[in-house]
Amino acid sequence: MGAYARLRLHAPDIAERARPGQFVAVAVGDDTSSLILRRAFALYRWDESSLSLVVDAHGAGTHWLTQQPPGTVLDVVGPLGRPYPEPEGEGPVVVVAGGYGAASLVGLVARLRAQGRGVTAVLGAAEAARLVCVAELEGLGAEVLVATDDGSAGTHGLVTDLLRGLAASALREAQAAYACGPMPMLAATADVAADAGVACWCSVEESMACGIGVCMTCVLPVVDDDGATRMMRSCVAGPTFAGSAVRWSQVGTIPSDCVGAATGGDH
Amino acid sequence: MADLSTTVGRVRLPTPVLTASGCAAAGRELAAFVDLADIGGVVTKSIMSRPRAGRPTPRMVETPSGMLNSIGLQGPGIESFLADDLPWLLGTGTRAIVSVAGGSTTEYADLGRRLAQAWDDGLRPAAVEVNISCPNVANRGLVFACDPTSAAAAVAAARDTLPAELPMWVKLSPDVTDIVAIAGVALDAGADALCLVNTTLGMAIDHTTLMPRLGGVTGGLSGPAIRPIAVRCIYQVAAAFPDVPIVGIGGVRTGLDALELLAAGASAVQVGTAIFGDPSAPVRVADELATALAATGRGTVAEAVRAAHRGFDATTT
Repeated sequence: MGAYARLRLHAPDIAERARPGQFVAVAVGDDTSSLILRRAFALYRWDESSLSLVVDAHGAGTHWLTQQPPGTVLDVVGPLGRPYPEPEGEGPVVVVAGGYGAASLVGLVARLRAQGRGVTAVLGAAEAARLVCVAELEGLGAEVLVATDDGSAGTHGLVTDLLRGLAASALREAQAAYACGPMPMLAATADVAADAGVACWCSVEESMACGIGVCMTCVLPVVDDDGATRMMRSCVAGPTFAGSAVRWSQVGTIPSDCVGAATGGDH
Repeated sequence: MADLSTTVGRVRLPTPVLTASGCAAAGRELAAFVDLADIGGVVTKSIMSRPRAGRPTPRMVETPSGMLNSIGLQGPGIESFLADDLPWLLGTGTRAIVSVAGGSTTEYADLGRRLAQAWDDGLRPAAVEVNISCPNVANRGLVFACDPTSAAAAVAAARDTLPAELPMWVKLSPDVTDIVAIAGVALDAGADALCLVNTTLGMAIDHTTLMPRLGGVTGGLSGPAIRPIAVRCIYQVAAAFPDVPIVGIGGVRTGLDALELLAAGASAVQVGTAIFGDPSAPVRVADELATALAATGRGTVAEAVRAAHRGFDATTT
């Protein structure tokens, strides 16, 4: 898949429970590996017995994964995280993705198309080789628009600029927008969707150690149902959050009005 | 199969493998993977007097055979913990060990009082683990565990307010010149057992930006990388205080790792970072330990505890 690898796993117990937007955590290396943490991957496609992931081999662990011969037994935990919420009503939806983020939306689009909904997919990447699932989403009957940072495929520019171009048409008519990709793309998507008055669901990618909710590393500031901001775990409270609930400009910080934020002498 | 039951002072455990503080939250998430009643016990994430948001992200960096974290003790505060988390954990039938942390001696005393009230209300954990690897706000942010006077004050403050019947374990930092001296101070201040060791402070720098990779700049190093440090600290403290129960912590990933900490002088061990990679680790490590004990002709945990000292005990006593 261009710059990425596709990994297909025989995992019936996970496949039968899988829902669009969930992820799995895969151990890398053998029992003596110096890489002690799992790698998290969004579910891309699945059937009754197998599931597929898109792997960006950017580090030692992901590289190891892509080098394993067929038949290798892997240690996989999943499905993890909350699925993408179902859109309300029966109208069309817009999906927005950056790079391999498109993979996490394929299962959702397949489900929405099966419900007879119209889907517009806006896909962006740094370059053509990092665009994934374009033909696949077209095959599912989605209208696909493409942008690349270097102009090597589709429009020359940002995916969120393409999305803004839809503000008076497809986005405005949409029941909901779903997005998966880098944090700045999600922030911009949430912004555009809010301006258009469309519900927006963003799947975030935060570095996580455990993936099951015990380590507290993958947190970001999110406005909770009671109106208070809390540092929420993207592995168990997410990875999908309402675009309007995440305090995008303060990701990577502890907002001073966050529940439990340091006061005075605390460090 | 070897008998895995063990004791830490007055606390009886069905297996010597517990979860380490900060690596199992308050047990709820882990219960999807292991039956908590079957493991040695759950040491909860350190709880403080008030809700706490922790440090900014990124909070984690993977390192060779380990990881750095700068979570900053994010947690709900003692009130919410006693209302929601502890009753749930006690209901699982496991041995709950409540970890407490403070930014001042007053906070340790306050936490002790809250646990004493809870004790009177019937919320009775198996033990308390006092985490003194926190910055002391009144002492330029110097970590309690790294200063004998501060360490003594924090431990004494907790002991004074905790129920007398509640065993108090104290968890020490390896980041000290003389771990035996700090251990002695903690014992004098009322510790019933010592937990060795907490993470050791480390740092990582991004190769591209040349900036610190953790939002908190420095962080605690854990995982198999620090196991030799834990073995050394346990061994030194066990040699100096032969009658004091020790809970070993640091880089335990397999049953053989656990066996090593027992031989150094621990009566039980805690599994921490290994849980992030393998949520079933507390059960798996115990199973592997049973196999390892049997393979070396040992029928009980006690036969392995302090094994590394025996030749020396004989020559020095």
